[in-house]
Amino acid sequence: MGRIILEQVTKSFGDVNVIPPLDLEIEDGEFVVFVGPSGCGKSTLLRLIAGLEDVSSGQISIDGRAATELPPAKRGLAMVFQSYALYPHMSVRKNISFPLKMAGLDQAEQNKRVEAAAKVLNLTDYLDRRPGQLSGGQRQRVAIGRAIVREPAAFLFDEPLSNLDAALRVNMRLEISELHNSLETTMIYVTHDQVEAMTMADKIVVLRAGHIEQVGTPLDLYRNPRNLFVAGFIGSPKMNFIEGAEAAKHNAATIGIRPEHLSISKSEGQWKGTVGVSEHLGSDTFLHVHAKDLTSEPITVRSDGEVDIHHGDTVFLSPQDDKIHRFDKEGLRIS
Amino acid sequence: MARAVTPARKATVTVFAWGVGLLIFFPILWTILTSFKTEAEAIASPPSFVGFDWTLENYSTVMERSNYFLHFLNSVVISVGSTLIGLLVAIPAAWSMAFVPGKRTKDVLMWMLSTKMLPPVGVLIPIYLIFRDTGLLDTRTGLVIVLTLINLPIIVWMLYTYFKEIPVDILEAARMDGASLRAEIIYVLTPMAVPGIASTLLLNIILAWNEAFWTLNLTAANAAPLTAFIASYSSPEGLFYAKLSAASTMAIAPILIMGWFSQKQLVRGLTFGAVK
Amino acid sequence: MATQHSKSAARFMISPAVLLLLGWMLIPLSLTLYFSFLRYNLLMPGTEEWAGFLNYRFFLTDPAFFDAIWNTLLLVGGVLVITIVGGVLLALLLDQPFWGQGIVRILVIAPFFVMPTVSALVWKNMFMNPVNGLFAFLAKAVGLEPFDFLAHAPLSSIILIVAWGWLPFATLILLTALQSLDSEQLEAAEMDGASWLSRFFYIMLPHLSRAITVVILIQTIFLLSVFAEILVTTNGGPGTATTNLTFLVYAQSLLQFDVGAGSAGGVVAIILANIVAIFLMRMIGKNLDA
Repeated sequence: MGRIILEQVTKSFGDVNVIPPLDLEIEDGEFVVFVGPSGCGKSTLLRLIAGLEDVSSGQISIDGRAATELPPAKRGLAMVFQSYALYPHMSVRKNISFPLKMAGLDQAEQNKRVEAAAKVLNLTDYLDRRPGQLSGGQRQRVAIGRAIVREPAAFLFDEPLSNLDAALRVNMRLEISELHNSLETTMIYVTHDQVEAMTMADKIVVLRAGHIEQVGTPLDLYRNPRNLFVAGFIGSPKMNFIEGAEAAKHNAATIGIRPEHLSISKSEGQWKGTVGVSEHLGSDTFLHVHAKDLTSEPITVRSDGEVDIHHGDTVFLSPQDDKIHRFDKEGLRIS
Repeated sequence: MARAVTPARKATVTVFAWGVGLLIFFPILWTILTSFKTEAEAIASPPSFVGFDWTLENYSTVMERSNYFLHFLNSVVISVGSTLIGLLVAIPAAWSMAFVPGKRTKDVLMWMLSTKMLPPVGVLIPIYLIFRDTGLLDTRTGLVIVLTLINLPIIVWMLYTYFKEIPVDILEAARMDGASLRAEIIYVLTPMAVPGIASTLLLNIILAWNEAFWTLNLTAANAAPLTAFIASYSSPEGLFYAKLSAASTMAIAPILIMGWFSQKQLVRGLTFGAVK
Repeated sequence: MATQHSKSAARFMISPAVLLLLGWMLIPLSLTLYFSFLRYNLLMPGTEEWAGFLNYRFFLTDPAFFDAIWNTLLLVGGVLVITIVGGVLLALLLDQPFWGQGIVRILVIAPFFVMPTVSALVWKNMFMNPVNGLFAFLAKAVGLEPFDFLAHAPLSSIILIVAWGWLPFATLILLTALQSLDSEQLEAAEMDGASWLSRFFYIMLPHLSRAITVVILIQTIFLLSVFAEILVTTNGGPGTATTNLTFLVYAQSLLQFDVGAGSAGGVVAIILANIVAIFLMRMIGKNLDA
């Protein structure tokens, strides 16, 4: 179980209003990702759900039970912190069993659950070490272990991968996704990294300045961004935006086209430009094309890995017509 | 990276530094040496450094003639007692200020510090009279109360600076793990802060052990700790240097050893974190 | 950032400490203030009566008061000069690499842990005694007349004894501060052609200035209250030669049993200490923000 409902939740620190009235429903078993630039209130929102901060107004309920007034310990949630927040003076075994000890379980039951969790997380050989003797990835797993033994209604992750190096991050991403598949427990995951959001989430909540900009499945957000902010935030490399005369042709204030929806040719096409920097990734090539007539920003184009186009070449770009996103003066999608 | 120093320069500095070090330490060394002399040798001219008949006589005399053990026990009870009670009161207070800081936390901290700046003589008379009327004069209880109160600000401050270094995440993790406030302090905060708490303990025992204003003014025969006991040697009769030395050595030895262990924390504790 | 729960818990947990210190401060302080306006002698109980500012007039016009203020200033100033100058020099010395650094550090720090009554009696008898003291022996050895320190230079002698105890404190703090100086700064200055002296005055001393201020302020707080050293060596004498403010108040109230005048003296001492305290608190308060 793990159905979490936020109703008209607000949070202000002194005079600063961090979260304006906000409604959100998280279904049981869902993997929800809160994503947004730093300072958008995503961590605060997570801490409100955790009970580490009080809401200024509004209601939070967990599995139909009013949780607004409950202290963190009573909410039945588990959290994995960005810093892992392991207890440095306890062995891995003690770290993982701490929530069980607090719940008053007997020693045999504690051991059984710790062993089971350690097995799932490949920590069996490390149970008697201290956190200080573990690598970053192992610490991360201990933090997850400490969370799963509680069998919580939901897991809360606060940017758990940001302290790991790139390769490890990809691994842990997969591990957490697998964990979600096997446990089928609600997970709420905070990140500023849209790649993590796209790859892991069942449902993404895009936040900006405390506001929910859009809620939807990853593909939903990719295909139908509700406004310019979501369009620019979801997808990598970023969507290209073109204003002015070209946009007006499509009856819009701004049009957006993703790099992967542009085709490039040396001979013919709709838009003419000059190739600036090209980034060869092997599988793909990202070309930055300067088309002064259209926009002052370079237009990013995704092309084949081994395309024969170089710095200074004159090229022509053609958007796929059905993939052009149109936005009005307020930045809202025109459908 | 430090540069290599020529051996000659290092040797010069070594000689010089050891000379100065021994000079500063000399009064203590001389006291320790004298405590093993006979009274006649203690005032012999020329004085001898090691070529005398070493004796433990002074130590046994001091123990026999005076109730040395009682005063020693008083010192232990008063310094350890006041420090432990101080810690008991200060740990929760420092937790509050370090982890749940509010708008007025800084003011409270500064105010606590300001009580430490109250000159003791300014409140001597009322305390003396209150103690006289409540029968606390010349009791260990009375001294424990006073020393707890005068050192409480230092204890709170030291703990506060140590607690500030513990990431609040870890305490929040404990909360998420279902720990009550009590469990959070007992199982998570206190074990993590052990080094800080230990040095606070040590430094405050030292300060209480050597406190000599209140102990001299509020005690007579019964509750007098070593500070006051030693003061009784200020109007002696006959030859007494060796005995004074023996009594002094016994009074300073335990604290000297504790002090050496806590010298690193000393700076931080006594400057309220202003110098680390 | 915290919840209402933890905020109320915090208020609850801080209250014992606050209440204890509040009681410790307010009760005796208000009593001292009250007594200072009374005619109150312990030998004549039951004759207390309102005296207005009489005690203050008595205490402040007593010639002993001016002696005491002067002695207090000399004592504080003398010890500060010795410990700061000595402390800086010692810190510079101990900061150099040499063999046995740890042991020498232990030797230098030791006097700080000696209780005041012990250090005063050891110095008074075994060093400064004009007949059997070590100084007398040294004087005789070079053909000089032994000097009776505590009779002829009583205040200087006490300054010496107190300074011996506080020198380690100053040294330790200044050494700690010196070690936190970035050695690249010194190397940069050396590259710029600065001599050792100019490096000391333009880089080290400014870096130490904060630590020196802290030493001055903290020592001043303690030095204003020097008591035991005076009690066991000179008892404030000869005459009032070594009576400082603390000792005067003690003598007034517990030796002459004049609680009223003693309390007035206590109030004066509090006012003086507060002036120093304000500066110290500003320093530490600034550090709290950083």
